[in-house]
Amino acid sequence: MSTPLVSLQDLSVQFFGSRNACALNAVNIELGAGEVLGLLGESGSGKSVTLRTLLRLHPERTTRIQGRMLVDGQDVLALRGRALDFYRGGTVSMVFQEPGLAFDPVYTIGQQITEAIRAHEAVDEASARAQALQMLERVQIPQAKRRFDAYPHELSGGMRQRAMIALALACKPKLLLADEPTTALDATVQIQILLLLRELQRETGMSVIFVTHDIAAAVEVADRIAVMYAGRIIEQGPVGQIVRTPRHPYTAGLLAATVGTENRGQPLLAVPGSPPDLAALPPGCSFAPRCVHASERCRREVPPLQSVGTQALACWHPITPLAEAA
Amino acid sequence: MNTSSYFQAPVQDRGGPAQPLLVVRDLKKHFPVRGGPLERTKKFVHAVDGVSFSVPKGKTLGIVGESGCGKSTTARLIARLMSADAGNMVFDGEGVDEFGGIRLKEFRRNLQMVFQDSFASLNPRLTIAETIAYGPRVHGMPAAEAMRQAHELLARVGLAPEQFASRYPHELSGGQRQRVNIARALAFDPRLVILDEAVAALDKSVQAQVLNLLQELKAERQLTYLFISHDLHVVHYISDYVMVMYLGQVVETGPVERIYGQAAHPYTRALLSAVPSMDPDNRTLASPLAGDPPNPINPPSGCRFHDRCPHAHPVCADKAPALIGMPGAPAHQAACHLNDPASGHPAALSEIQP
Amino acid sequence: MSASLELSLPLADVAAPAPSRSYWLVVWRQLRRDPMALAAGLILLIIVGAAVFAPWLAPADPYKASMIKRLLPIGSPGFLLGTDELGRDMLSRLMHGGRLSLLMGVVPVLAAFGIGTAIGLFAGYIGGKVNMIIMRVLDVFYAFPSVLLAVAISGALGPGMSNSLLALTLVFVPQVVRVAESVTTQVRQLDYIEAARMSGASAFSIIRVHVLGNVLGPVFVYATGLLSVSMILASGLSFLGLGVKPPEPEWGLMLNTLRSAIYVNPWIAALPGALIFVTSIAFNLLADSVRSAMDIRR
Repeated sequence: MSTPLVSLQDLSVQFFGSRNACALNAVNIELGAGEVLGLLGESGSGKSVTLRTLLRLHPERTTRIQGRMLVDGQDVLALRGRALDFYRGGTVSMVFQEPGLAFDPVYTIGQQITEAIRAHEAVDEASARAQALQMLERVQIPQAKRRFDAYPHELSGGMRQRAMIALALACKPKLLLADEPTTALDATVQIQILLLLRELQRETGMSVIFVTHDIAAAVEVADRIAVMYAGRIIEQGPVGQIVRTPRHPYTAGLLAATVGTENRGQPLLAVPGSPPDLAALPPGCSFAPRCVHASERCRREVPPLQSVGTQALACWHPITPLAEAA
Repeated sequence: MNTSSYFQAPVQDRGGPAQPLLVVRDLKKHFPVRGGPLERTKKFVHAVDGVSFSVPKGKTLGIVGESGCGKSTTARLIARLMSADAGNMVFDGEGVDEFGGIRLKEFRRNLQMVFQDSFASLNPRLTIAETIAYGPRVHGMPAAEAMRQAHELLARVGLAPEQFASRYPHELSGGQRQRVNIARALAFDPRLVILDEAVAALDKSVQAQVLNLLQELKAERQLTYLFISHDLHVVHYISDYVMVMYLGQVVETGPVERIYGQAAHPYTRALLSAVPSMDPDNRTLASPLAGDPPNPINPPSGCRFHDRCPHAHPVCADKAPALIGMPGAPAHQAACHLNDPASGHPAALSEIQP
Repeated sequence: MSASLELSLPLADVAAPAPSRSYWLVVWRQLRRDPMALAAGLILLIIVGAAVFAPWLAPADPYKASMIKRLLPIGSPGFLLGTDELGRDMLSRLMHGGRLSLLMGVVPVLAAFGIGTAIGLFAGYIGGKVNMIIMRVLDVFYAFPSVLLAVAISGALGPGMSNSLLALTLVFVPQVVRVAESVTTQVRQLDYIEAARMSGASAFSIIRVHVLGNVLGPVFVYATGLLSVSMILASGLSFLGLGVKPPEPEWGLMLNTLRSAIYVNPWIAALPGALIFVTSIAFNLLADSVRSAMDIRR
């Protein structure tokens, strides 16, 4: 990997308001061009906050962002005005969980995609329309010509998500952020969207950060998985390693709690307790209160994220230590 | 401590172990759709269209299907939260709300429901102990006794009463709230619990805890579950029998190992192969189905699945297949012409074996 | 069958229920920490206190006129806030005037709150055609601007305090019903109402325990906001001669009678208006604070 496309260095995000919360704590992520990173975590783990911070979507008045964020050589935190507008949509764009909410209900799908293209490229209306139609065909919307003039509510959930992807890719971004894009969809539609994302990524060579709570969905699309817990990355590695030999007890717990054929009739190996309150994080490892391996040290000191090659781990008592060859 | 003494009659087995706890026959619910002012014909959403099934005592029936298949409407019809257009129910051998059968109030006490949205299903203005105690108090249990029982139930679902009893729903996490909902359902000593996507909104690590709790409670209190979910993994884990629904109809039903091992309906097989693989070296290569589930307002003629089915034949559009038992396994039924040699489908019973 | 069994239950080891913190206690604590609420509350307390205890606190007789002491400026010896166009003590008149003004602000709102919530709950919980008919009838009232409606009803009933109270109540009822109905309709569809229905509870019990508590809050907040409107409308009616009659002290009426003095002593003429303004702002601020304090989910 030469210069990475995305580089987050010690990124911390705090929210102020009626309650203060540390949503991200010193997160480091590097992502090469054409790489797909699965960001795995449960509610409150900071996975969506990471995406929103990358797009600078948080209200500035109530948010404090520390650290550095470099995307395609640009210092994202320093972007202002037009440069920020070009960055959003041009360099980085996002696919949301609820495509129904991300589209404006009073314009047709085609109008909105055309609009997005014209906002970023100096092209006339007609060629922008042609490009937009081409995008709809590329995301495999059947009868794209007819759907071009459809309003968002006239499309089914799966079609809307395809249109959302078309909108996100219309300006040929280098980085696509996907925030649980398949969670709200039915099983038979979910797999179609996962396959589509994988195919489009291969065709365009863009980088993707795919946020999900579902390991299986991440396995279908990602090259690498970063596991987040309470605003920190606790483990990172190639998909195969994460799924087969998880090092962090939390990752192992998540995998063990995934129900399937094997554990029918037996009690599940559940991780006890619930995720911590981001307004009152424990002093040591955030997972310590729920961890069976936790020691005095875990409760006192935050384990640093150490990396070897493509793998990284933040744990005092890993199931398999990092040094062992993967 | 016989809490049921406050209710009209103690819970007891009436029909014997062989009698299914709940038998549902030909349940129908059509919602009218508001058409334009000039449209003469009224349109209907065929939400539930002739659903029949039975739940054996002490077992779990899992109902799976995609959005719009009518699984949640079925749950609400059974719970009598909405009235059915047609169909009847027999609870432990007694017709529900029929002359000489079980009265509605008594039926409701035997049947409780846990909803998906743990927050919306708790009154934000009541402490969780008050919420659990409400039902029994409605049935005449003295306040102190109902409170004591609520504390016991909280302890049973894993929430220390001294710590949680006087909290409000917003002060709890999603998993804890769902435990409260389970405790509320148990306050009646029900025999049948409908779990409508009860673990769908929970984080994976918490979901496992709640599933374990449900399994323990089932064994402890001889409960029967109707488990409604879109998550095939969870249904596989918890169910003894599975029923697959598509556009308001049952397409396949049978013992869990038959459904997951030898699915006989093309839709069931598509649904099962749409589950993402957990193996990065063996990723899913092709999607089993194209497109979204069709609109239940105008369901396709004949077999409702025929326009998405890889095995569709003109006969499928003409004639609706009936649920028929599989050879050698009468409890395993599927509604597909491929399984019926008399259907006229050219591929019937030949290439269907998985 | 096991009634005797129940009686013999050893009550001693029945665990004492943990003290449950009542909802209103939580709200009250929240409110106490809000400086805006405290300031607004303090101002209202002073104004209400001065009005209630006016007969004892007022320095002079509010009806005692004096031809030679007309329109004395603020701070004149013996007349802290000066005198009005008939030489009556302004401070005493303002204190006494508060009695009627506040009464006319509060009573219609309270009455509308009770009547409107009852109708709204009923309509919202029943739903369907009954709801539609009730709401359409009320929409007719709602279609008129409230000032116009108040003046029209008051005018039709004839001047006088009780008639203006009635007019104001009629103005507010449709508004309260609207809020109560829409909140009830929302609450009625929530899962916890379905869960309560599953427990076999009667509609009355469900409304009392599960609906009322969740509807009362938003309606109460809305009604608090109406207090200032009611006061201003009441003053307006008096100003137009439809409410209280002279020489009765009332802020709106005082504003009217002092109109002619505006070129002679504008500060005196502005005093009743300033009081109406301050009181209604204080009511509004308090309503806002109560609204946010009642949202305990944060």
